[in-house]
Amino acid sequence: MSTIAAISTATSNGGIGIIRMSGKNSFEILNKIFVPFSKTKNQIKGYSIKFGYIIDPKTKEKIDEVLVSFFIGPKSYTTENMCEINSHGGLVIEKKILQLCIENGAELAEPGEFTKRAFLNGRIDLTQAESVIDLINSKNDNEAKASINQLEGSLSRKIRDIRDKLLDVMADIEANIDYPEYDIEEVTNIKIKKVLNDIKSDLLKLVDTFENGKLLKEGVKTIILGKPNAGKSSLLNAILEEDRAIVSEYAGTTRDTIEEFVNIKGISLKLIDTAGIRHTDDRIEEIGVQKALKLSQDADLIIAIFDGSKELDKEDLEILNIIKDKKSIVLLNKKDLGDIKLENREVIKNSCNNIIKISAKNKEGIEDIYNMISNMFNNNEISMNDGVIITNIRHKNQIDKAINSINEAIEANENGLPIDIVSIPIKQVLNDLSAITGEDVSEDIINEIFSKFCLGK
Amino acid sequence: MSYNAGKYDIAVIGAGHAGCEAALAAARMGMKTLLFSISLEAVANMPCNPHIGGSSKGHLVREIDCLGGEMAKNIDKTLIQLRMLNTSKGPAVYSLRAQADRKMYQMEMKHTLEKQENLYLKQAEIVDIQVEEGKVKAIETNIGAIYEVDSIIVATGTYLKGKIHIGEVSFESGPDGVFPSIKLSSALKKLGIELLRFKTGTPARINRKSVDFSKMEIQEGDSNLTAFSFEDELDEKIEQLPCYLTYTNSKTHEVIRKNLHRSPLYSGKIEGTGPRYCPSIEDKVVRFADKERHQIFIEPMGRNTDEMYVQGMSSSLPEDVQLEMYRTIAGLENVEFTRPAYAIEYDCINPLELKLSLEHKKIQNLFFAGQINGTSGYEEAASQGIIAGINSALKLKGKEPIILDRSQAYIGVLIDDIITKGTNEPYRMMTSRAEYRLLLRQDNTDLRLTDIGYEVGLISEERYRNFCQKRENIKNEIERLGKTIIKPTNEVNEFLRKNTSSEISGGIKLIDLLKRSELNYEKLKEIDKDRPILSKIEAEEVEIQVKYEGYIKLQEAQVEKFKKLENKKIPEDIIYANIKGLRLEARQKLDKIRPISIGQAARISGVSPADVNVLHIYIEQEKNKSSKKE
Repeated sequence: MSTIAAISTATSNGGIGIIRMSGKNSFEILNKIFVPFSKTKNQIKGYSIKFGYIIDPKTKEKIDEVLVSFFIGPKSYTTENMCEINSHGGLVIEKKILQLCIENGAELAEPGEFTKRAFLNGRIDLTQAESVIDLINSKNDNEAKASINQLEGSLSRKIRDIRDKLLDVMADIEANIDYPEYDIEEVTNIKIKKVLNDIKSDLLKLVDTFENGKLLKEGVKTIILGKPNAGKSSLLNAILEEDRAIVSEYAGTTRDTIEEFVNIKGISLKLIDTAGIRHTDDRIEEIGVQKALKLSQDADLIIAIFDGSKELDKEDLEILNIIKDKKSIVLLNKKDLGDIKLENREVIKNSCNNIIKISAKNKEGIEDIYNMISNMFNNNEISMNDGVIITNIRHKNQIDKAINSINEAIEANENGLPIDIVSIPIKQVLNDLSAITGEDVSEDIINEIFSKFCLGK
Repeated sequence: MSYNAGKYDIAVIGAGHAGCEAALAAARMGMKTLLFSISLEAVANMPCNPHIGGSSKGHLVREIDCLGGEMAKNIDKTLIQLRMLNTSKGPAVYSLRAQADRKMYQMEMKHTLEKQENLYLKQAEIVDIQVEEGKVKAIETNIGAIYEVDSIIVATGTYLKGKIHIGEVSFESGPDGVFPSIKLSSALKKLGIELLRFKTGTPARINRKSVDFSKMEIQEGDSNLTAFSFEDELDEKIEQLPCYLTYTNSKTHEVIRKNLHRSPLYSGKIEGTGPRYCPSIEDKVVRFADKERHQIFIEPMGRNTDEMYVQGMSSSLPEDVQLEMYRTIAGLENVEFTRPAYAIEYDCINPLELKLSLEHKKIQNLFFAGQINGTSGYEEAASQGIIAGINSALKLKGKEPIILDRSQAYIGVLIDDIITKGTNEPYRMMTSRAEYRLLLRQDNTDLRLTDIGYEVGLISEERYRNFCQKRENIKNEIERLGKTIIKPTNEVNEFLRKNTSSEISGGIKLIDLLKRSELNYEKLKEIDKDRPILSKIEAEEVEIQVKYEGYIKLQEAQVEKFKKLENKKIPEDIIYANIKGLRLEARQKLDKIRPISIGQAARISGVSPADVNVLHIYIEQEKNKSSKKE
């Protein structure tokens, strides 16, 4: 059996993450990426722990300081040789380490595969095995949910775009082969060269978004604007569901910006809470104000919050002015204090169509905000600066495979091999991408052929 | 009044392309076999186009041949034009396609059936199938003969409740004016078999003397003839008849659009689902409205007839409209019909009810083959026919069925597709349906399948000996090429220069020179004078195996992965309801299709990778349980 690897700890930004490897090549793979501190013999003992660095063997760059526990088969969970890498670098680092394991020969584990191996190798008995099925199911459900969320967004759009290009070429090739006597344009090596290169560059762009670990650095850049005490911090807390920002009853307590990453209906948001907009002599606050204005300029989305229990003043109008030509949502806060006075103000409607009444304090209307963001995102109204971001290592893995396949296709094509040979790696690219989107390649190609060409007698 | 007409092993209903192969295979395997046709004039008829082969279908014909079937030999004897298609597109998709002399083809096949020992060809309509305790027992004809049989193969093609549509006119009929089979349809229903309604169509036949060929492009056959059967050699001097190419034009399309309301396809009179692969001309004009012209091929129906077939013009419009539109086409201005185009609707079964052996899942010894399984095409039908014939005979002999997998044959792909995924339109074979296309070439068909054909007893000793010799020759020659070192002599470099190939400075293996795209086996003879003498076919095979070795290996590696899952068998008596953790949809689908392996289970739509995992674990668990008991 192959050697498998996966991140075993929950994928939150916890302090410690464990990357687990199992299989006969586990130690060999680890050796390539792990440099222990202890200069004693490189011998590996079961139930032992070593301290050292994970390095990228290509660049020799130190990735993280780790502890590695060793288990020698059959005395391990799976009965195979296993090791567990304890890192403390957070999600980005964990993913990087997992990626290194895969680059050096491990395969990405299927959901529940460690437990499955433990069972298949006779390590756990029948009663325990009953729960394996549940485990696989639950893991899969969670994973499926997460990936579906992501797939509803721009990643699936991007992959579909690439898939469409591939299906288009494949339909050309297949129609040529299956209907040789029909007057359809002949597919030649030269004709498909450009589109293969296009597809390759699309795939490379896509995979780059992962390489840079943009997951946590980027996201839909979302600025929360509002006068002091309009309720910005309460809103942020409601979204974060924890008291991270300091909320006070006096205006101007949020001085600098606070940045938080949140995942709303599968969309990654980088939430930035600014200092309240207020003309002030206080230098510290002024820096905050200017920063807010500047940040607003390159924000993907602005959430402007107003105190709905009060009339609009000059500063509110200034905010409305800022959001005028931007993607924005207006929140009329404090509906807990009685009727919202600002509801039908033309001046607001002129700046923004997305108006929601909330009570940040009582966490009312928060779900409406989420739905609004999700809708705007799905309708293509807002997107991330870089378009698509791959966050799922499984997806990244598939796209890497697709890149290998497209390289093979390009090589075969440049060498002037017949188109049915070139079509083999092209179809493989489709298969690789379809593992992400879950579509049936063969049927899709046939559909494409018959929607594109008029064939048959 | 009915009477007892005797006891036989196997009865085949329908003597079309599926029925003929099924009956021949069963009889040749020693089974006392009945073959019924509503009309003996309709045996092995080609009521649609008069050709055999083409892309991927040519592959099927060769596969039938290597399993010991008849279609390849029959077309070799009766072809009137032959072409190898796709020769510029790579070895995996070369495809033989022949125009048949339709009557000759039928007579030749009928004669083969008549001569076959153990085979009893009879004209009769089968009206009932008797089943006892879930097992086939007897078969009854329309005139009351009851034959006791152990096994039945249903191959009714498009005859089952056949209904022909020509414009506003419709009537019950089989193809080409033969009686339909009406009662059998309700007999099948009574057995609890689900029936679907499919539709296909055919263009008009025209009289040669009413055609002006000077306005058309001529299409001749090849001068180098390759036989379909690995046992045949074709006479290169055989007289070939040309086909002709012409086009529809805007006037044709106008006539069609103007009269669409008279088409039963558009007025909703036809309920059956038609194939995308054989659209009617009205379909083409509607769906591809911006296409200015469509190709029309005029093909001869035989040597001793002036009837011609108008490929590309199938239609269900009224006859007067048909005439009007045909006469807008260059060369057909004065065309006279001998038979109008028509659409035909027929009953077929849902192939999901069958096992991969083509036996019905619930009724023992009842097999189905051909168009009744929801496929289209003569070659697809014949492929299933031979498999059903072999498997019904094997079953009676108490042996395991032959199941070809997707990496072995197009036949395997075809049967796995319809049995695992079902079909909602007449299924046509296409090369793109095969994942391992490079391994399923037409040139290596014998290497893939002759062993199996021999094992079941359909390949003669002599043929098998020749085949083994050929296989040995190819293997030895590839080995020799790998061992032979070519030295950088002046003669060699002169040869390379001449062929615009880069010169060598040190020794190089002959096999590496052959891999160069600018060189081939034939050319290399110049610097490889002592090579053994190989036949043309053997040399071709050596060349393909060497030149595409890298890609072949790649696919072989994929096949290895694929086989791992195919070899994980699912017990036949598995109860899906007992498997905790399967999603409801997966459970229902698995229970309906009852896949034989984890691999097949994974191909069912609606069964997710997680379901497959759950299933896999359950099976291992059960294995452990039973091994512990022992």
